[in-house]
Amino acid sequence: MVRAQVLICGGTGCTSSGSPKIRAEFETQIKNFDLESEVKLVQTGCFGLCSLGPVVIVYPDGTFYSRVTVEDVPEIVEEHLLKGRPVERLVYNDAAETADENVETALSETRFYKAQKRVALRNCGVIDPENIEEYIAMDGYAALGKALTEMTPEDVIKCVSDSGLRGRGGGGFPTGRKWALCAPNKAPQKYVVCNADEGDPGAFMDRSVLEGDPHAIIEAMAIAGYAIGATKGFVYVRAEYPIAVKRLAIAIGQAREYGLLGDDIFGSGFSFDLQIRLGAGAFVCGEETALMTSIEGNRGEPRPRPPYPAVKGLFGCPTVENNVETFANIPQIILNGAEWFASMGTEKSKGTKVFALGGKINNTGLVEIPMGTTLRQIIEDIGGGIPNGKKFKAAQTGGPSGGCIPESLIDTPVDYDNLTAIGCMMGSGGLIIMDEDSCMVDMAKFFLDFTVDESCGKCTPCRVGMKRLMEMLEKITSGNGTLEDLDRIEELCYYIKENSLCGLGQTAPNPVLATLKFFREEYVSHVVDKKCPAGVCKDLLTYTIDKDKCIGCGLCARNCPVNAITRTDYIAPGHKKESLEIHADKCIKCGACMSNCKFKAISKK
Amino acid sequence: MKSLAELQKIKARMQDRVVLREGSGDIRVVVGMATCGIAAGARPVLNEFVKDVSEEGLSDKVTVSQTGCIGICQYEPVVEIFEADKEKVTYVKMTAEKAKEVVEKHLKGGSVVEQYTIGAYQS
Repeated sequence: MVRAQVLICGGTGCTSSGSPKIRAEFETQIKNFDLESEVKLVQTGCFGLCSLGPVVIVYPDGTFYSRVTVEDVPEIVEEHLLKGRPVERLVYNDAAETADENVETALSETRFYKAQKRVALRNCGVIDPENIEEYIAMDGYAALGKALTEMTPEDVIKCVSDSGLRGRGGGGFPTGRKWALCAPNKAPQKYVVCNADEGDPGAFMDRSVLEGDPHAIIEAMAIAGYAIGATKGFVYVRAEYPIAVKRLAIAIGQAREYGLLGDDIFGSGFSFDLQIRLGAGAFVCGEETALMTSIEGNRGEPRPRPPYPAVKGLFGCPTVENNVETFANIPQIILNGAEWFASMGTEKSKGTKVFALGGKINNTGLVEIPMGTTLRQIIEDIGGGIPNGKKFKAAQTGGPSGGCIPESLIDTPVDYDNLTAIGCMMGSGGLIIMDEDSCMVDMAKFFLDFTVDESCGKCTPCRVGMKRLMEMLEKITSGNGTLEDLDRIEELCYYIKENSLCGLGQTAPNPVLATLKFFREEYVSHVVDKKCPAGVCKDLLTYTIDKDKCIGCGLCARNCPVNAITRTDYIAPGHKKESLEIHADKCIKCGACMSNCKFKAISKK
Repeated sequence: MKSLAELQKIKARMQDRVVLREGSGDIRVVVGMATCGIAAGARPVLNEFVKDVSEEGLSDKVTVSQTGCIGICQYEPVVEIFEADKEKVTYVKMTAEKAKEVVEKHLKGGSVVEQYTIGAYQS
């Protein structure tokens, strides 16, 4: 009989920090201690606390081990699984709760999880994603059964509409309305498409859902098919997500085997089947019309709307396309009812949202919070604050299409409309935290560099406009910008937004506009003072040695890759050797001298 | 899958396996599994609890878990049963047979098996 279960995270984050080796070691050790019949190993999807990976949880007590190494495994097996004593040195302890003497062993009690509300991620890190029966045990496919046997397609659409669910891919279009627009269109063939082409740098919400709970997506797509009268579906997922693709393929195979995909599901006469299409990693293919063009086998370029996909989508047929996280909410809405879902969140943004928390934050990972949670709660409570006692500067949301939230707006409740009102955007859920060491001009340049690369080139405002915008930003960060450039940048941004064909170009200038709005003084410092206040833009930096702090050890000169540091003839009072100096004409501003100086005698300005 | 009943059957069969992870049992059975407990024979006791709780269909309200030494080594194997709003019950010098009886009478029937409790031994 199984009395304990060891859950090992098999998400991409933990896989790259070594969880497969840990799993193998657990298998060996459990055999060693003859516990095979008592302890079961389960590989799950992402738990969310990726920065602490590899993550291992032992049930029934729910003990949460973080940063487990292969060497730790024998100790965990012998001490915890055999003798029942959790290995406290490996148990995750909230940094914020160090005053508390008791180590918090249960995952659900940590600050990271307490403020979260898991709907889309409810099975991630809980079930084995490669086992359909574990999903069924967690009420899996019960929503599909309910929809097919007790509800009409109109009931399903009404339920989704009443729940207030809006598209989680970024646009925020009401999901129920999207389905209702497609349902009445008569056609011999209709399609359901799942957009799993998650492309924002730093975002991995959809990947984690597919890796941790692939059956939820299959179930939701079948429900959508029933609602709009479609019998075929496609999941468009990027080939860079090998674990997600593998688990989804296994899940589809199992669903077919159990008759949950195929003909006459639940004896209702409804038939539905799914196929996977791999994307080659072009950002523009996340745009819905470009995605459909790509599924059709053509080069991924957007097409003008209207006609909207609900009327003429994939292969010219009426199509509903939703994002992974949107679909992940559907089975729960059908099972628990529209009112249950609508009770969470704010007036116009219902339910929860998953964010991929990254950047300068202690708990990097995946969080799901009710809409309306403030940014401060996300950063300070769930995220565990900013490392090294640095000061919060801004949060970037929505990736290359989004904007940024400055410190003055940190108490804004996060939902679609509030973020749009401050010139930002919810986006798909990437949330990058920046501290005082981040340069906002450099950040805008980073995202612009990405969109310049990813522009498909079909329309001129995006293809040429973005390139010119990038050149102007480079002019500013190299210290050659003028104040007129700032006005020209702004003008060009609006021009690109208004005239681009698809969402990529229409939103690509957002990072520039948002930083110009909230951090204009930083742009002005670059232009007028020729300084980068955060000390990031290399061309505007000079490294100097404080000759009175320098003891003359010469470590900096030995580490300088271009021999730009030489000895002077000045000896500081109290020291024996001559101090050193940096020659600006030779210096490449690599920072090696500064990081090697043990006396903090070198500064950059 | 031709009917909801079929789905329900799989769910019922798998329930035991995932319920462990929810840890939502109203009753917690904790078996002392330190060196002293293991030496005194706690392992068969723990396994008996796990087996019986599952067989009797009590998995959704009873969580069986293990703990370290609680300091009364001479009374091992020690089993403690925690229930919301009730006083903790401590069973001492347990065996697999006694465990079976405790599941039957205490966990299922709701009445404490007085003669195995620490009070009975100390008086």
